[in-house]
Amino acid sequence: MTRDFDAIIVGSGPGGSTVADELTRAGMSVLILERGRNRLINLDDPHELAADYSSDELKFLERHFLGPDPWLEPRTFRRNEADGDHVHIGDVNNLPATVGGGGVHADGKLPRFREDDFRVLSELGPIEGTSIADWPISYDDLEQCYADAERLIGVAGLAGANPFAAWRSGDYPMPPGAPMYGSTITAAAAERLGFHPYPGPTGCNSVPYDGRPACNNCGFCAYFGCPIHAKGDPVAVLRQALLSGRAELRPDAFVSKILLQNGLATGVEWIDASGQAHEERAARVVVAGGAMETPRLLLLSGMAHPEIGRNLMFHMQTFVMGRMPFRVHGHKGRSVTTLHDDHIIVDEAAKAAAREHGLPWVKGGLVEHCSPSHPIAEAKAYPWGIEHKELMRTSPLRDHFLGFCMQGDDMPQSVNRVDLDPSICDVRGLPVARTTYEPHRHEIVSSRYHATKLTAILAEAGAEEIFTATSPKTEGTLRTSHSPISMVPVSRHVVGTARMGNDPTTSVCDPWGRLWEAPNVMIADSSLFPTGSGYGPTLTLVALALRNARALASEA
Amino acid sequence: MPRFLNEQQHSVLSAVVDRLIPPDDDPGASDAGVPDYIDGLLGAFTYDPPHIWAGGPFSGRFGGANGFTSFHRLTATEELAWRTRIEGSLGIPERERLGPVAGLQQRYATGLEALGADFTSLTPQAQDERLREQPEFTALVYEHACEGMYGAPEYGGNRDLIGWSNIDYLGDVQPRGYSDEEVSQP
Repeated sequence: MTRDFDAIIVGSGPGGSTVADELTRAGMSVLILERGRNRLINLDDPHELAADYSSDELKFLERHFLGPDPWLEPRTFRRNEADGDHVHIGDVNNLPATVGGGGVHADGKLPRFREDDFRVLSELGPIEGTSIADWPISYDDLEQCYADAERLIGVAGLAGANPFAAWRSGDYPMPPGAPMYGSTITAAAAERLGFHPYPGPTGCNSVPYDGRPACNNCGFCAYFGCPIHAKGDPVAVLRQALLSGRAELRPDAFVSKILLQNGLATGVEWIDASGQAHEERAARVVVAGGAMETPRLLLLSGMAHPEIGRNLMFHMQTFVMGRMPFRVHGHKGRSVTTLHDDHIIVDEAAKAAAREHGLPWVKGGLVEHCSPSHPIAEAKAYPWGIEHKELMRTSPLRDHFLGFCMQGDDMPQSVNRVDLDPSICDVRGLPVARTTYEPHRHEIVSSRYHATKLTAILAEAGAEEIFTATSPKTEGTLRTSHSPISMVPVSRHVVGTARMGNDPTTSVCDPWGRLWEAPNVMIADSSLFPTGSGYGPTLTLVALALRNARALASEA
Repeated sequence: MPRFLNEQQHSVLSAVVDRLIPPDDDPGASDAGVPDYIDGLLGAFTYDPPHIWAGGPFSGRFGGANGFTSFHRLTATEELAWRTRIEGSLGIPERERLGPVAGLQQRYATGLEALGADFTSLTPQAQDERLREQPEFTALVYEHACEGMYGAPEYGGNRDLIGWSNIDYLGDVQPRGYSDEEVSQP
């Protein structure tokens, strides 16, 4: 069966759904192929949203409801070549494999990048052993698309509340939601010490928006689909695309190869739920599989650019947590409501601290004020026996636990990469994505420098028994369990494996996100990022997808 | 009504989980039906649809109908993964893609047997000693005991919401949610 589409879009997450919306608005026909199941929307009547999500810790945190199942579709990990082929098989930063992709699981924090994040090389200069590059576009090129993305998704925030934020052409479409109690305490302490906390911009409705209800603070936000669909990313754009009548969405459709002829894509090969292979033809292919599955698909398709998969970045997560003398009920509210950006600013003090370690500068990242919320995860952290009961009642690691997670900027390194594992295959028999990753000294020095400041804030807030941990773990014996004490990074912020640039020899994509190697293939996810910034990638990848899809539509 | 374990295994398991999450002033794991949670996982495929993923969107505990009791259907591929996990690979080639898998059913049968037929009649101290001699199995049961104690009751544990009541936790609160005041105030 062969049908023609103006575009085939691989992946229905925030990037792919945004492109589908833009192209269908321009009158183009699109086929969206999604490897995971549809739990999000009624495909026969996209006005109706599905009822499959729930506030169920077992289903979402223990039993892989959003996929991928790490046994069916594992990934592999090694720190470096000396580790051999791999030291871990299973979950390596698995974002959901489901209709809606990574957008479904997130707690919806959607910050913009700052102007400087697009020109780190020019502003701060190189660091030895890294491949830091300026973006081929500026913040100003993207501002309008940021504003449009916030309106499309529905972002609640407060313009002007963050003194370090980039300029913006207008207000947020919604005011911020209620701050979590614990965050009001850490925010006050941060302010007393001269930091600048602000209500985090979130893709959770604070008021009814776009036909969906306001968030009711149920607390099952990060890692859960929203049972009442108060999270807008990417259901808002996906629903619009489907309602146009020009988009077809096929779940359970794994794209195994981009078909290429004379340097151009002619379509894709895809595998259905029963293992049967099919082909579809289209004038262009948009790849939005995320920064691990996208390079995997390019490599499975036989693409040969030596930079494919390289410069893989995560966020170096620094956790500074402590025990409060009273309950902070982190299970009430939308996971994270308060942020501060002070650690992203590379000031003279940060440069001086860096020089002590032979680095020109260190950059931190966005700080989330947070407290854990789920009792099964808490229970498993305690020992068994009579003390279990007492610990669960007093809850030192959940209901009294408060602190910060810094999403530290991770410098690109050519050796950190995604490629095809030489021996491990998924359930379809295709080689899986292998991660080779070790943090640079920059991330380690930065983490320690900023952890000291975060510890001071937490002490000011009244916390006791304050401790610091990082993901990935940076010292000691090799540990590969997928947990915050592992050398496999747990940050779901994965970027950089098909970087864009002006030079076809050093970048995989041109400044419009199209492969140098096959220009009718456009990448629409965080693979494109030349540098990571210390902010979550989603809003930026959506803004970029909007910009690039509009260019594509105007040429068609 | 046990789904997988026999009566003897069920009673040893009850004694085990009561050492891991014991009764004190509050009820313990066997009071909360944790052995039934574990039995429900081991026997997940004796239900149709299998008891792997409870439905949505609400449990009915804070409004709406209880959708959690209607479990989701699995695709053939999802069934392959969960049968492999629960039943083991059993020499079946498609289950051994990543090497042989010892299933939970086998691990429980072997682990419970290794604790000894006299386990239930031992003193608590002697029971703990036996558990420490089987650290891998004990760790497995503890993981599941935590899930059964503090997971949604539709999976067979947390009977009468004992697990959540013990820790003064409401569990899933949709569609009521929490008010802005409940979120922001002590």
